[in-house]
Amino acid sequence: MPIHNEFDSIAALRDALRDRKVSALEIADSALQAVQASSLNAFLHIDPELTRAQARAADALLAQGDAPSLAGIPIAHKDVFVTRGWRTTAASKMLADYTSPFDATVVQRLHQAGAVSLGKLNCDEFAMGSGNENSAFGPTRNPWNREAVPGGSSGGSAAAVAGGLAMATTGTDTGGSVRQPAALCGVSGIKPTYGTVSRFGMIAFGSSLDQAGPIARHARDLLELLDPMSGFDERDSTSLEDCDGVANAPGRIRNAFDAANARFDAAGPRPLEGLRIGVPEEFFNEGLAADVAQAVENALSVYESLGARRVAISLPRTRLSIPAYYVIAPAEASSNLSRYDGVRYGHRAQSYTDLADMTSRTRAEGFGPEVRRRILVGTYVLCHGYYDAYYLQAQRIRRMIADDFQRAFADQCDVIMGPVTPTAAKRIGENRDDPTADWLADIYTLGVSLAGLPGMSIPCGFSADPSPLPIGLQIVGNYFREGELLAIADRFQQATDWHQRKPESK
Amino acid sequence: MAITDQDVARIANLARIALTPEDSTRARDELNGILGLIEQLQAVDTTGIEPMAHPLSAHQDVALRLRDDAAAPTRTLEERAALMANSPSGAENGLFLVPTVIE
Repeated sequence: MPIHNEFDSIAALRDALRDRKVSALEIADSALQAVQASSLNAFLHIDPELTRAQARAADALLAQGDAPSLAGIPIAHKDVFVTRGWRTTAASKMLADYTSPFDATVVQRLHQAGAVSLGKLNCDEFAMGSGNENSAFGPTRNPWNREAVPGGSSGGSAAAVAGGLAMATTGTDTGGSVRQPAALCGVSGIKPTYGTVSRFGMIAFGSSLDQAGPIARHARDLLELLDPMSGFDERDSTSLEDCDGVANAPGRIRNAFDAANARFDAAGPRPLEGLRIGVPEEFFNEGLAADVAQAVENALSVYESLGARRVAISLPRTRLSIPAYYVIAPAEASSNLSRYDGVRYGHRAQSYTDLADMTSRTRAEGFGPEVRRRILVGTYVLCHGYYDAYYLQAQRIRRMIADDFQRAFADQCDVIMGPVTPTAAKRIGENRDDPTADWLADIYTLGVSLAGLPGMSIPCGFSADPSPLPIGLQIVGNYFREGELLAIADRFQQATDWHQRKPESK
Repeated sequence: MAITDQDVARIANLARIALTPEDSTRARDELNGILGLIEQLQAVDTTGIEPMAHPLSAHQDVALRLRDDAAAPTRTLEERAALMANSPSGAENGLFLVPTVIE
């Protein structure tokens, strides 16, 4: 068992590292050993020497006594963040041998904060999927049940944390790809406001939706990663310089977290007195499994006991978020993935007649079925004659969905809570014959992505299955409220122990 | 309005994805299923609603930044080699190799 699992939090491990009770190299070596022995298929590439070099550098900083906040903390990156050294494949045959000449901004920032990377994590190909079954390198397994999916697309990221292989990981969320796997693996994850974390070096899927976010056991560990990850980056054209008058820079989220915490502490025995939790009726319609509904209901009761008040709200266009998303995301994907032409990088077909044939065969061979499907859908909806009817219409509905959230936050509630997924994790292969069945299960996460709002998932119970699987609670805040969201999640985790449950190690 | 085999051929050509006859039939059926899902959008009255491209535009004015239109200093040959090292055909003298385009 990796040594880092003896510590309940990044803060506790940091203390031990700073007191030199354990070295970053010992931590890294024990984690690498566990990764190598693991049957989860959570990792796509490790390079022990690169990891050990980072650990030695962290030990040197720790020895000097001025180590940054994450010095020696073992993390790992979803394989859509480009990395120097480790291969970057996006879980696609198209990029099976790709090594980036530079690091993504997220990778660079966490490295500067001292974190030690264990390697690259499995995911759905180009982040398209919600079960990690679309990886060209085989599915990741759910640590709670090897026959179940870990969720996706950041399935490796969630499974690695749940399986105790890494203290925390990075993921990306385009339509729920951080929140959903976190929910299905019984860990915590947050997708911050669109534009707060740089997309530079994150392999593009749907550029107006893609946002990076961390996965870890609990809210306090999420804060440890999200705060240094965030910040303005001139190399991302949609990166924000300003978040409601506060500079988009490390410290912003931590300060907001501390301020919210101080407020809750001052409130006494009912720390969340006055907090209004909006519960959208559309999130509890048919299709929601009884065990998920019950777990979410129990979580809301915990919040009420902490002083919060429930308010019934309506997000009337929740159902429309599915068609709107599945027009916008494939449209942007078809444009973004046009770069894979077999010329500058990636796979190239062996036999072809001319340049056009080379490109077409390269793309047919390099992309898996779901990626091909989404490129074709995206190409269709962007065609001359359909652009207005599909793409622009979807973008108009996107604004209506975002306005629905704003109305709720303006008049009725401070945060919104509900389920992350309609059911606990399905079995691997369950929806194989119906490519859109998985899409419908994204219903509770898509609206938040379309609106660009921050959203998170924290563990709140288990399914009624004979082999129980985790269930997540979704918490959504208004723009830039990441710090407050994390503090609200932290209060739940002070009152419950769902986040401390661990799968039996095999 | 259903997608025909001709539509699939046209889309696949635009997307530069070679499809076997079997792939095309499957793609046609799948696309028709997906179209059934996204058709729901047509029933929504969106008169007077501005399409939303940047999600934060629901919250604040956002303008996409453009970098200055200035040439960057010439980089080194070593950097060029590193950037081109991933080319599947190998690169020669700073050039990517592709099949003959003009005889």
